[in-house]
Amino acid sequence: MAFQSPEAFLKQYISAVQDYSILCAAAISALFTRPRYWADIITQMDSIGVGSLPIIVLTGFFTGCVLALQSATALTSFGAVSMTGSLVSLSMVKELGPVLTGLMVSGRNAAGMASEIGSMKVTEQLDAMRALGTDPIRKLVAPRLLATVFMLFFLTIIADAFGIAGGALMSVTILGLNASTYLHDSYRGLVHGDIVQGLTKPLFSAFIIATVGCYCGMKTTGGTQGVGRATTQAVVISSVFIIVVDLLVTRAMIGIFGS
Amino acid sequence: MTEAIPNPGAAMLDPQDSETPVVEFSDVSIAFELKPVLKNISFSVERGQTLILLGPAGCGKSVLLKLANGLLAPDSGFIRIFGREITTMPERDLFALRAHIGMVFQESALFDSLDVEDNVAYRLHEEHVPEDEAHARVVEALKFVELEQAIDKFPPELSGGMRRRVSIARAIISQPDLILYDSPTGGLDPITSTTIIELVMKQRDVSHTTSLLVTHRLQDAFTLATHRYDPAHGMKAIAKDGPDGGVDPGMKFLMLNEGHVAFHGTTEELIHSRDPWIREYLD
Repeated sequence: MAFQSPEAFLKQYISAVQDYSILCAAAISALFTRPRYWADIITQMDSIGVGSLPIIVLTGFFTGCVLALQSATALTSFGAVSMTGSLVSLSMVKELGPVLTGLMVSGRNAAGMASEIGSMKVTEQLDAMRALGTDPIRKLVAPRLLATVFMLFFLTIIADAFGIAGGALMSVTILGLNASTYLHDSYRGLVHGDIVQGLTKPLFSAFIIATVGCYCGMKTTGGTQGVGRATTQAVVISSVFIIVVDLLVTRAMIGIFGS
Repeated sequence: MTEAIPNPGAAMLDPQDSETPVVEFSDVSIAFELKPVLKNISFSVERGQTLILLGPAGCGKSVLLKLANGLLAPDSGFIRIFGREITTMPERDLFALRAHIGMVFQESALFDSLDVEDNVAYRLHEEHVPEDEAHARVVEALKFVELEQAIDKFPPELSGGMRRRVSIARAIISQPDLILYDSPTGGLDPITSTTIIELVMKQRDVSHTTSLLVTHRLQDAFTLATHRYDPAHGMKAIAKDGPDGGVDPGMKFLMLNEGHVAFHGTTEELIHSRDPWIREYLD
């Protein structure tokens, strides 16, 4: 591999940031102007939302189970094992539900978007689309963006619910807690700010998943090897972005709600 | 299922104006990652003319075709299509202009997830043409390329030659005023190549559409120059003792070498050129 000068390296990255920003602006603009491809939006909602449901349910459920068992171990030493419900619900709703759902959907859908659009790019289908009078950003990116933002919100709620349910199963069957006490404690532990925080995060994660996945796909070069590279990049970049943005949103929410 | 949008560029277009060249390149240059691909290219294509783009692999033929369709923007120079400057035209207006241009891509570029009917009717669906009319026009276009039996198939089920024919049907369905063929016979066997060239010839002689054709196969270029499409017999050689002297007068050649125009002229001028590089290429 040839060495790049620091100047060329820097220019390449600044150019990538510029292209990504332009793509994001164009995709957002396409959501508010005609024509809109409703059939593509519904297809993407089905693919991203319904298609991701099994992995989200499983991830949420088993995370809740593990969280209950691990936290009970620590809480026992303080004689506070009855607080397990509160700890599981807070952790799931504020942090683990949104982040894990984002990461799982990123692994599944950012990769899918990058490989699908990347394959279209290397086989000149994107050029053919433009030659036939269709804007690929409007036809391919905007529906994926809208579908991901809409569906990730509900997938996060489902992951939270299954996480709390998993925690309940462990608390009742292994820790010997009362189911009613667990659920009551879970509900009482949450305040309005926690819910807002937990449901704000997926909006940012979804934006990252869709735009990074589509950007990596649209910038694909180098045939099938390039498609593989774009897919890997999409998952890595979107996962890192999700975690970084999670920190920023958490800090902002603590600033707004105070906890 | 899309919402209709008014076509902002349509009213400004006049692709039927016979005085203005259909394609006009003026001092066009483009480079990729600082490597020049085309340097100071100037030429024009008149209405009804067919321009064959020849040259070794990697000399910028396909790039030139993409520039003509506004899929790439040049670094310098001007490109006019139907008399309209496209180098600074916004993408939204380019979409309207492309309604008058058909393009056949090098590897066909059919949409894998759509069947042949939806691929061919893609532009009609975008223009919200009623389903019955779209179907009738698809059947007509597929009959033109003799592939109506493949209407329900998906691109992966088609051979290379069949894909190329579907791509031609997709390009001609809207009866464009300009067709751009990017190596339509590339990677095909000689018999299939002849079928494709016959279709290009048929489109040229039946509809008299202005076209730019990229090829690196000299035999395809000279077959187009020396033959006409006869509805009764298919491809037929132009009589050498006829008024056209055995070649189509509406055919011109543009040869590219290392990003420069090495030759631009008629079939006769090309054959009788004394330029050593052209002689070597032709031989």
